[in-house]
Amino acid sequence: MQNPNTLISSAIERRKRISYGFVLLAVGLFIYLLFGLNTQAGVSTTFGLNLAGSQALKVSDLVVPALPVVYAMALIVVFAGAYQLARGVRNTSWLIGILAFTFVVSFLMWAAQDKSFNLTGMLSSSLVRATPIALAALCGVISERSAVINIGIEGIMLMSAQAAVIAASLTGNLYIGLFAALFIGGLVAALHAYLVIRFKVDQVVSGVAINIFGTGVTSFISSRFLQSAGANLNNSGTFPIISIPVLSKIPVLGPVLFENNLVIYLTILLVIVMHIMLFYTPWGLRTRAVGEHPKAADTLGVNVYLTRYVNVILGGVIAGLGGAYFTIGSVGRFDEIMTSGKGFIGLAAMIFGNWNPIGAYTSSLIFGFADSLQVKLQILRVPIPSEFLLMAPYIVTMIILTGVVGRATPPAADGEAYEK
Amino acid sequence: MTNVLELRGITKRFPGVLANDKIDITLREGKILALLGENGAGKSTLMNILYGLYKPDEGNIFIRGKEVDIHGPNDAIAQGIGMVHQHFMLVPVMTVTENVMLGIEPTKNGIFLDKEKVAKSIREISDQYGLEVDPHAYIKDLPVGIQQRVEIIKVLYRHADILILDEPTAVLTPQEVEGLFKIIATLIKAGKSIIFITHKLKEVLAVADDITVLRLGQVVGSIDPKKATSEILATMMVGRDVNLVVQKQPAKPGAPVLVVENLYVRDERQHMTVQGVSFDVRKGEVLGVAGVQGNGQTELVYALTGLLPLETGTIRLLNEPIRHTTPRNILERGVAHIPEDRQRHGLILSFPIHDNMVLCTYYKPPFAKGISMQEKPIFSNAEELVSQYDVRTPSIYVNAGNLSGGNQQKVIVAREFSRPIEVLIASQPTRGLDVGSIEYIHSQIIKKRDEGTGVLLVSSELDEILALSDRIAVMYKGQIMAIVDAKKATKEQLGLLMAGVHPSDTSNKN
Repeated sequence: MQNPNTLISSAIERRKRISYGFVLLAVGLFIYLLFGLNTQAGVSTTFGLNLAGSQALKVSDLVVPALPVVYAMALIVVFAGAYQLARGVRNTSWLIGILAFTFVVSFLMWAAQDKSFNLTGMLSSSLVRATPIALAALCGVISERSAVINIGIEGIMLMSAQAAVIAASLTGNLYIGLFAALFIGGLVAALHAYLVIRFKVDQVVSGVAINIFGTGVTSFISSRFLQSAGANLNNSGTFPIISIPVLSKIPVLGPVLFENNLVIYLTILLVIVMHIMLFYTPWGLRTRAVGEHPKAADTLGVNVYLTRYVNVILGGVIAGLGGAYFTIGSVGRFDEIMTSGKGFIGLAAMIFGNWNPIGAYTSSLIFGFADSLQVKLQILRVPIPSEFLLMAPYIVTMIILTGVVGRATPPAADGEAYEK
Repeated sequence: MTNVLELRGITKRFPGVLANDKIDITLREGKILALLGENGAGKSTLMNILYGLYKPDEGNIFIRGKEVDIHGPNDAIAQGIGMVHQHFMLVPVMTVTENVMLGIEPTKNGIFLDKEKVAKSIREISDQYGLEVDPHAYIKDLPVGIQQRVEIIKVLYRHADILILDEPTAVLTPQEVEGLFKIIATLIKAGKSIIFITHKLKEVLAVADDITVLRLGQVVGSIDPKKATSEILATMMVGRDVNLVVQKQPAKPGAPVLVVENLYVRDERQHMTVQGVSFDVRKGEVLGVAGVQGNGQTELVYALTGLLPLETGTIRLLNEPIRHTTPRNILERGVAHIPEDRQRHGLILSFPIHDNMVLCTYYKPPFAKGISMQEKPIFSNAEELVSQYDVRTPSIYVNAGNLSGGNQQKVIVAREFSRPIEVLIASQPTRGLDVGSIEYIHSQIIKKRDEGTGVLLVSSELDEILALSDRIAVMYKGQIMAIVDAKKATKEQLGLLMAGVHPSDTSNKN
């Protein structure tokens, strides 16, 4: 007699295999119908690989025939779907990767047919646009790993952004602006920590309050002081681009990775440092224990409250850096509600990245890519209304939050106040 | 012979409760002191004070004759006190090594965790005390018995010589209990002293060198285990004579009222926790479902009462299938449910007793007329049930949350039994209750059985299963290992089944 266990689990496996297979086949058909039939035969798409003003060595642009590539992409998906139906693969994330890759490539072929499209420029701007999202996500990772939900990242980033531009404009020193942003970020997070740890205020309520306060106070200061004072308070300049010698000469990779400003380098550094800290140091072990089972940590003499304070405040400092990106890291001035939901998208990136620094950064890059794609497409005058294109990053957020693409597990005690 | 630990005059007040009232206890070096008492007698509070989790209002702690101040777990650990908590203090998603090192992490270069060093120490402790465990295994993958070993290793890694074991046998199978007793013997041989907290009389008699009994926050007395018997200890614990044996006549089973065939259920995390369960419950019999907690019993009961959907399989209640229906519909078809977690699923704690008494029937006459509730019948119903089921309460207007555990359970029993029922599903009906209440609930269940109700009793207390059941089904990893006649069943046989071993398998091996 066969074990009923294996029977039922194989039935579930089969159902999953078939549904994945059909989704892939449907996408293949979709690519053919939508992009294949609408792409003119014989035209080619040019992908620019050089970025204007970059130090990188020049390479010739990539010119590819549009229609054959679209057909090839459709075939790849159909083949993957057929293979999945027939045999099935164990690791379905490969399938999702193939699906996303072929869809994006054929979409670009269709959108940029008979035109030139700067690929290096788009990758570079993906990284830039991913930075505030990544910093918000890292803030989320560090606080939620100790079980404190911080939904007020958006508000913290707004206040830090404004603090940075005002401090930098007043003193004429960008580093003082940066310090102001980090300080304000830490301060507001400390308030959040105090409310939710000391007074056990509901973490979401406190976070929402910070968002409302952040939006209100920055808009008020902006309209009351910044607008009238003009250049004196709201013109800071931005951190210069730092080209890393030799490495920035590499074509494509150079301009994307090694010609950026301070905030972007700091973000990448932070991802690596935080990963090592979280998984290889006593601080990280304690943080994770406090987030998973605070009582266990407490019985071993770990100070649960102190750990949470430290993590939430550190998270606030990171969000402060994210705020600084918006003003002194990119445009040099403050506009009302200029964070436009990046703090929330950062929380989605944190979830999609499974509360890991590297995962969070990778998913931030996906959001950054969606964001920068939508900008490029507007320039290309794709026959899709710009309002729809603007939705792209938020649609990606929603798809990810539905849990269709892999379900993540939060720290077990996430969001719960600790009672001794 | 020296006393390693003495507590003198420990008093702890919580709002409205005197949890510990001038408690004195003494632990002799290299001995096992059993601290016996019912739930709520103050044992856990006392131990949490000793471990620094609570601050005592009065009293002194002496270790080897010297008075010490304990302000937190770190102080307790520094004094050589280690505690194995009733609910394990282990992080499931971390490895054994990570759990053991947490709080006193050795590092390489002052920065990085030195896991290998800790793993080596764990292996040494394992060898020395016979506590076999893989240092790199994840806690969530380990069975409960092994998890308990990890807890003991955690304590030994911190060089504790006074070990507090808080209800260590509550979650173990009889065989695992034997294993634990062996470990305890090794620890004593190595010179450790142990405080063993329990409410199980037989265990006390089996292992203790000294026994101290607590009741209602006070020391009732100490007794030499050689002179003690279960009856004497029970009387000390409860404060009056108790009847430890349930009186019942042989069952007269009739036609099946609840038939389950090949049932599969997923829990809330989508794990298949019930895997192909089949059984029937007949009119006028008690079918006991034994098993260590977390082997699918909870989900089985949820599926039977409509709280979780079925994956596949059939449930027939009085020959009518249950599928895609609501809990209310199931209740109306004659099922009574005494839920496992009485405070979350059995009662609305912030509602008064009279409203809790009509939770299943509030929408029907005489309790409701159209859209309005009828106070008079609700009140008189509650008055009647309170006196009939002996609920000790100042009035029916008291919130359910203010009653003691035993009286809360009586409210649930009164509510469920006051309706016409065909099937009773009782899940852990006496968990955490005092001996007096247990006696009462047991007699009520048997009374219902004799009236012709089919009873499904789910319990992780083997004594309870043996005392009440007519047939016993043993669940292990979501499946029923066997259904045995209660008259012929032995504790050893059930214990093996609870651990996933068919007794015939072992005899074949020999």
